[in-house]
Amino acid sequence: MTIAPPVDLSPRLTSLDPDVFDIPTGREVEWRFAPLDSFGVFFQPINDAGFVTAIESSQYVRNIAMADLRSSWLPSDRPLAVARSLAQNAVVVEVPKDCTVAAPIVVQLKGSAARSYQHIEVNIGAFSNAVIVLEHDLELDICGAMVVNVADGAKLTMLSVLQGDKKSTHIAGWHTTTGRDSTFIGCAVTIGGGAVRISPSVTYSAPGGNAELLGLFLADGDQYFEHRIFVEHEQPNCTSRVTYKGALSGSGSHTVWVGDVLVRRGAVGTDTYEMNRNLLLNDGPRADSVPNLELETGDIVGAGHASATGRFDDEQLFYLQSRGISEMQARQLVVRGFFAEVLGRLNQVDLRDSMMAIISRRLGLPAAEATDV
Amino acid sequence: MGSLALTDLCASVITDEGELEILKGVSLTIESGTTHAVMGPNGSGKSTLAYVIAGHPKYRVTSGSITLDGVDVLGMSVDARARAGLFLAMQYPVEVPGVSVSNFLRTSVTAVRGEAPKLRTWVKEMKDAMGALQMDPSFAERNVNEGFSGGEKKRHEILQLSLLNPKFAILDETDSGLDVDALRTVSEGVNAFREQSDAGVLLITHYTRILQYIKPDLVHVFIDGRIVKSGGADLASALESEGYEQFAPASA
Ligand SMILES: Nc1ncnc2c1ncn2[C@@H]1O[C@H](COP(=O)(O)OP(=O)(O)OP(=O)(O)O)[C@@H](O)[C@H]1O
Ligand SMILES: [Mg+2]
Repeated sequence: MTIAPPVDLSPRLTSLDPDVFDIPTGREVEWRFAPLDSFGVFFQPINDAGFVTAIESSQYVRNIAMADLRSSWLPSDRPLAVARSLAQNAVVVEVPKDCTVAAPIVVQLKGSAARSYQHIEVNIGAFSNAVIVLEHDLELDICGAMVVNVADGAKLTMLSVLQGDKKSTHIAGWHTTTGRDSTFIGCAVTIGGGAVRISPSVTYSAPGGNAELLGLFLADGDQYFEHRIFVEHEQPNCTSRVTYKGALSGSGSHTVWVGDVLVRRGAVGTDTYEMNRNLLLNDGPRADSVPNLELETGDIVGAGHASATGRFDDEQLFYLQSRGISEMQARQLVVRGFFAEVLGRLNQVDLRDSMMAIISRRLGLPAAEATDV
Repeated sequence: MGSLALTDLCASVITDEGELEILKGVSLTIESGTTHAVMGPNGSGKSTLAYVIAGHPKYRVTSGSITLDGVDVLGMSVDARARAGLFLAMQYPVEVPGVSVSNFLRTSVTAVRGEAPKLRTWVKEMKDAMGALQMDPSFAERNVNEGFSGGEKKRHEILQLSLLNPKFAILDETDSGLDVDALRTVSEGVNAFREQSDAGVLLITHYTRILQYIKPDLVHVFIDGRIVKSGGADLASALESEGYEQFAPASA
């Protein structure tokens, strides 16, 4: 574990103008782990960049010109500001109010050039209920934002899936605003990509909002995955739960998890807990885990954090094998068990099973028969 | 009739500092249907003996052999040994977070029997086996050994014994950590297993109290990595009154 620098309590710098942000040098707290030779391509405007579109539009999914987008989101770092200013297309996912969408809305995304900017805007109307699965394009280098608005009383479960064997660069800001008594469950599944940086953040526009930020990542070879979470409690009686789990193998893989939770003075009745666990499947990988919790008020329901990184336990393997279970199946049981907690929190049996199948495949294991994980 | 035979078995533990010889020539043949007790002081190498038979990677066999019904065991992987009919009830069972007991048991029974049990009969089989050991059905939903008390872990080991029905079972200090009632329940589980099957049992302990419930055919005194004396059940009583000192190696 890495020693946590204190959370910066001053309001975060946000702007549409890229030049408001200095070009990262690698010395900044936010960029100190990151391989800038990969991410650096997105620090300056790219003239021949492409843009990300949804392959299929539908009742809920549209591609629109960026100029026609109405969005109040402001970028919080340089690459996101560059992408925001240059993206030509926005993918809009819109669910009107009072609408329960039974089947998951699956959005397959595709970039138009080797380096593409993305902007995805998700609006869930009041008292609606939907599940959205974003399948990102890993063929190309992508930079941009996913902006989510969950209106009063609505509930959104959203998965953002990076999967595939391509070693591309991917930068994503993932900002959610929750309305009164609304619920957002967002799960980042990061399995593919060479250098990935995802920054999920949550703000509450009214009391009673609930945010569950989930993540699971599997890094191998020399993959670099960074998840940088920021939850800002400003409204009373809101909750946040952050649960991220990672498994690492290979010789040079590196994952970074940063969880910044800030409870402002007015956020009385806040209930927050964040947790990151990492499992090293062999010697070699490096996992940094930096939870930060700052409280400006003590008048809260609860606040806590936990972080741990451990090795794959050979005694567990022996125990399972001594019961006739093959080494491969034993490893599968342990790793699946490790991730089961995160996927269980989705409360979506089909999604849980399909994500488990993806994980099993990535581990080189046969997709397990349906078991009671 | 089958047998589990150890011949001149020498083994060392692999540590960060190097290898340390623990088993110094163990010869022992257990016939099917018989129960042998191995008794010895702390640190004499009893668990090492059990682990070496099960194939724990931390130990290395330096010489000697182990055969099951005449077939070499040392060349088999840990899981192949279990599928061949060996079972080790561990002194310190391992916690496996995130894996439920029911998933674990079903996976293991499927591996050992070579086919998945039918779901309906399986649920009943598991419930009955748990009931016999006075385990609450809620254990099926808990994670393997996680948060189990010492006694609950031992019951869970014997539950596996009864479901996996091995040819030879090694019980490493199954009695330790059990109160009188639990000891009786667990012993009944072991005895039920012995009666239904023609299995051989190697019972490792350093107290005689479990031998009041599970009667051994033979007792071996184990000191400093070898068997120094073998005899009938009465040898255990002698150990109880006189202790292990009488067997202390004159010059080790
Ligand atoms: N991993 C290890 N590293 C170092 N020494 C070990 C290791 N495993 C076993 N030993 C040593 O080997 C010897 C035998 O240990 P073992 O656990 O087999 O004894 P035991 O007879 O089962 O003892 P107990 O009655 O306490 O269970 C002990 O001296 C022990 O310290
Ligand atoms: Mg022992």
